[in-house]
Amino acid sequence: MAELTYRDAVIRGIAQEMTRDPDVVFLGEDVGKPGGVFKATVGLYEQFGPLRVRDTPISEQAIMGAAMGAAMTGLKPIAEIMFSDFFAVCFDYIANEFPKSRYMSNGQVKCPLVIRTGNGGGARFGAQHSQSVENWCMMIPGLKVVAPSTPRDVIGLLAAAVRDPDPVIFLEHKSLYATKGEVPDGEIVDRLGTANIVRPGKDATIVALALMVPRALAAAEKLKNEHGIDCEVVDVRSLVPLDTQTILGSVARTHRLFTVEENPRLCGWGAEIVSIVADEAFYDLDGPPVRITTPHIPLPAADFLEDLALPSVDRIVERVKRSMQS
Amino acid sequence: MAKVEDRALAPNASLNDDIGEEPRLRMYRMQVEIREAEQRAFDLFLQNLVKGTSHLSLGQEAVAAGCAAAMKPGDLSFCTYRGHAHTLARGVAIEKVLGELMQRDNGLMRGKGGSMHLTSVDHGVMGSYAIIGAHLPIACGAAWRAQYKGDKDVSVCFFGDGTTNIGAFHEALNFAAVWKLPVIFVCENNLYMEYTPIGDVTAVPHPAADRAASYGLPRIVIDGNDADIVYRTAGAAYAKARAGGGPSLIECLTYRYSGHSRADPAKYRPEGELEKWKERDPIKIYRERLKQFGVGDDIIVGIETDVKRRVDEATEKCKAAPPPPADILTKDVYADGGFAWRN
Repeated sequence: MAELTYRDAVIRGIAQEMTRDPDVVFLGEDVGKPGGVFKATVGLYEQFGPLRVRDTPISEQAIMGAAMGAAMTGLKPIAEIMFSDFFAVCFDYIANEFPKSRYMSNGQVKCPLVIRTGNGGGARFGAQHSQSVENWCMMIPGLKVVAPSTPRDVIGLLAAAVRDPDPVIFLEHKSLYATKGEVPDGEIVDRLGTANIVRPGKDATIVALALMVPRALAAAEKLKNEHGIDCEVVDVRSLVPLDTQTILGSVARTHRLFTVEENPRLCGWGAEIVSIVADEAFYDLDGPPVRITTPHIPLPAADFLEDLALPSVDRIVERVKRSMQS
Repeated sequence: MAKVEDRALAPNASLNDDIGEEPRLRMYRMQVEIREAEQRAFDLFLQNLVKGTSHLSLGQEAVAAGCAAAMKPGDLSFCTYRGHAHTLARGVAIEKVLGELMQRDNGLMRGKGGSMHLTSVDHGVMGSYAIIGAHLPIACGAAWRAQYKGDKDVSVCFFGDGTTNIGAFHEALNFAAVWKLPVIFVCENNLYMEYTPIGDVTAVPHPAADRAASYGLPRIVIDGNDADIVYRTAGAAYAKARAGGGPSLIECLTYRYSGHSRADPAKYRPEGELEKWKERDPIKIYRERLKQFGVGDDIIVGIETDVKRRVDEATEKCKAAPPPPADILTKDVYADGGFAWRN
């Protein structure tokens, strides 16, 4: 067991898979010699060499296409798109190419690749380097979408993503890179499509993802200590496949549902979860499900404004308390 | 690698018998097969037996035949929505192609892809891509795999003149050149990006070749209606790529006889242009070529008769084939064979 940062967990996860399988290759902008703009790939170039860890030009379409062509013909590429906002300049691959090739070809074409990207806000980067784009990805049939919240999950879910035969969008949260967590020694391999109950509780279920998980946990502590409300916190981890059973099971025990989403409100992943719960567990609920989200706005740069926009611990506490006490 | 250009542009290159009879007969058969199958596809439209859209390569047969004939088994083709010709050229059965156009269960992808997405991995046809430019980077990736694994196959990527004005074209060219990838970019310049003359919307006269220098590549423009010239040029580019010499960009001058797609009567073309190009019809050119090399009329007519018979047979099989069964609707979204996104 060792304490590792989320950033170092990315390095360890990639290294674990590249060591295991020589067909795993890695490409992206500044990922090799420079070690990544978030320092999340430091040392990989030195460890695995220039044939397996390749710096690319600033050409997101070329990165995505190259990853796909390599995947179709037998490699297991990991590609990095530096900021998830840049998905917009190569969205054709995310929306039209990776996810549809298997279906359109009647199963002939395979696309086992992982796209890693820095997602989410909190770094004061403004509207084009801070977005949470998980909802852009999860609506596309054929993709899998994963977003870890802890160093241990980074390694385990990255390994699962690399070993998965489908294209996986792997969303690393920029504001989590410096956070630390306990990580067991040796190989770690998790399973996609599994949510974790990271805090048991009996009064309400809070479902969260990525940076919102530590915030939901902190809010749950406050709600317990200051208001006597005992919340269960579910870390979704994998939006596609989605572990609805863990969520439905939790709601069946607590009878209340809250989602905490960093994405802007419209069509956020929480809407899908609320819809599923309303459809399949309506009579388990003791009150209306509540979505706590970023408002439907572009993210501002100023720290004061960005902090107002993203769901905060205090906002979660206030919203849960208000709902539970009404 | 000036050799690629020199060979293509050598005077009377077609009279050098460096190609030989067997590849020539193969290229002739292939051009006739593409012509007959595409003409049949057009006729089937008029009978409402081909649904959706379709983009024909009538008049462009020599590019597909020449490029494919120069390939080795295991080489990979990446095509556009105008991909019937390149798919047939790799040996995919006519019935499979027409069946897909007619959206029957006997189609190449059982109707799940349609005319614009013909794919036959077993034949090296790694897909037909309907988003302009998307497949150039993808071909780079396949070539990267070959380079990384030490495989000797090349990836050949076909696209139209209109593709040269989209970003992915430029990203892929630079990427392939910097990484020295074994990929060959083949631009079929048929003079029109969809409905607009390519010259009206492009800063240089030769939309592909005039960009080559930007990526450190030689400028190659060839007569795309002469399968021999295409064969030689492609063969030299493949050899260069296999030897580690990196990518090539080949601009083939050609002309499509029909409109951009089924919806386009091509009324934007100046009067007489089509007729002028038909004088240099690739099949007419090649028929004469075979005669020059002493191939008898009986053999030539025999090929034509055989192809027509096979297109007729394929058509009848497709007409008799059922639509795809409902149970494939949700198959193969994910690798587990299904479409489940939740438990």
